[in-house]
Amino acid sequence: MSGPTPERDARLRTIAARRWKVALALTGAMIALYFGFIALIAFDKPLLGRLLAPGLSIGIVLGACVIVCSWLLTWVYVRWANTRYDADLRSLGQ
Amino acid sequence: MTPPPQAATTSIGEPNGVAMGFFFLFIAVTLGITYWAARRTRTTEQFYAAGRTISPAQNGLALAGDYMSAASFLGIAGLVATTGFDGLIYSTGWLVGWPVVLFLVAEPLRNLGKYTFADVIASRLSQTPVRLAAALGTLATVALYLIAQMVGAGSLIRLMFGLHYETAIVIVGAAMIAYVLFGGMIATTWVQIVKASLLLTGAAILTVLVLARFGMNPAALFAAAAQRYGDGVLAPGRLVAKPFDTISLGMALMFGTAGLPHILMRFYTVPDAKAARTSVFYATGLIGAFYLMTFVLGFGAMVLVGPDAIRQVEPGGNMAAPLLAEFLGGRAFLGFIAAVAFATILAVVAGLTLSGAAALSHDLWVNVVRRGRADAAEQLKVARVATVGLGILAVLLGITFKGQNVAFMVGLAFAIAASANFPALVLAMFWRGYTTAGAVASMVCGTVTTLVLIWLSPTVQIDVLKHPSAWFPLKNPALVTIPLSFAIGIVVSLVAARAHEAEGYGRMERQKHLGGAG
Repeated sequence: MSGPTPERDARLRTIAARRWKVALALTGAMIALYFGFIALIAFDKPLLGRLLAPGLSIGIVLGACVIVCSWLLTWVYVRWANTRYDADLRSLGQ
Repeated sequence: MTPPPQAATTSIGEPNGVAMGFFFLFIAVTLGITYWAARRTRTTEQFYAAGRTISPAQNGLALAGDYMSAASFLGIAGLVATTGFDGLIYSTGWLVGWPVVLFLVAEPLRNLGKYTFADVIASRLSQTPVRLAAALGTLATVALYLIAQMVGAGSLIRLMFGLHYETAIVIVGAAMIAYVLFGGMIATTWVQIVKASLLLTGAAILTVLVLARFGMNPAALFAAAAQRYGDGVLAPGRLVAKPFDTISLGMALMFGTAGLPHILMRFYTVPDAKAARTSVFYATGLIGAFYLMTFVLGFGAMVLVGPDAIRQVEPGGNMAAPLLAEFLGGRAFLGFIAAVAFATILAVVAGLTLSGAAALSHDLWVNVVRRGRADAAEQLKVARVATVGLGILAVLLGITFKGQNVAFMVGLAFAIAASANFPALVLAMFWRGYTTAGAVASMVCGTVTTLVLIWLSPTVQIDVLKHPSAWFPLKNPALVTIPLSFAIGIVVSLVAARAHEAEGYGRMERQKHLGGAG
């Protein structure tokens, strides 16, 4: 990989800023997802106890959703990083 | 439709030949791996980072192995079996830290450090003060986590195998020292992989056996639980009476995962940042699947064994999963699950010991005492001495805390990791204005305030010391200590701003994205 030049430095800063924005947005989504669930537990217990079908309370469905959505968020990030971020970094070396 | 709850007829506590057989098989296999690994452990890079040759899939399994402790397998299954939905809050809480590890920490950590997370902070600030402060946070986290695991191991083995508490602790200590001392990170990684595979397989078999009785439909299982114990078991209940306790514990779990030294250290075992990224994706999937299975295991134990029968065997409910295994698969399956639980503890303590040894030898001895002038042979020797010392300390702590209620120490370890290690790591990687003074103040205050507040909390004052009230209202201090630690790091850095340390950030930026540390 070739050494730093002012032009490469500027491009790296753009890539870094974009990576930081994506990381912050996804972390924010994760925080909203989990603490939204916790807030419902803390402040609206009756809603979570409501049954959607015999045995399936909203609470249990949302709990499972938090786990599945967390994993989906990691998938979204990995997809973005493998395509956009890695390609941007590769272009920096040329 | 379903059989009535069983009376507490169980062989738990009697010597179980199958459990012994599986357990000694696990010890034999892992010692064999250690012998193989010992011949490949000649350099510090091999000892601390497995020569950076672990593949993303292998590291994903090993991360899951390092993370899924006996507390999550036995504790959560027990909590769900005895309280229903309240227990599930923990199942979700233990997973949500992983995306944060991926988005903020894994890749820059891999690109900037060598063996410990302190490497990252020290790469742009003054070595000596930063490493001293980081070692404080690391060792506090490791020590508390080790105490909880060792005491859990002793009680568990006594309960399941009928061995003496002290004998059990010494066996655990000896095996873990052997893995780390001779096989370093290579052996530790493979012990984690074997353990994670066993735990996931055991949990999956149990899940299928439970669901088979309910037409493979989880909703039918939950409905059976509600029919017998009321719709209340499907909704939040007593355990979450205080909202801010729940939020505070949630914060400790979410941000603590990204500050656990033994988890962070695993990212140095893969070849590059992209491999670190992929390994978290695998780990999150495996751990998520495991916690989804705890839904079924917990409610399965509630319906098939019954909360009263479970509490009769052990008041904390920790025997729910083993009792369920015995009910569904007889003594032989109980033996298998017991051996899996033991393997689980053994693997976690090995990972903890290795990360503690790295803080003692790499951070404190090599970079502070010897100021980076130790040769390779000396570094390896010190790492091994530190391993033996920590192993013996863990055994002594385990025996000292016999019979004490130490379950809160896991939550405390997460709170320190979240308040001391995580803010410093994030600020060092992403904030240009961070300074040595800010980093040290943040890490020291994070560790000290967490310890002081947990001492003043209901967890210690009421639950452990049996005092009538506590000065500090929250059971877990993370809600206060995480923001405090960020604030101290930022304010001290702004007050004592240093131009040359901001320049260090500029140099770091390139390496953070492109790598090159080794």
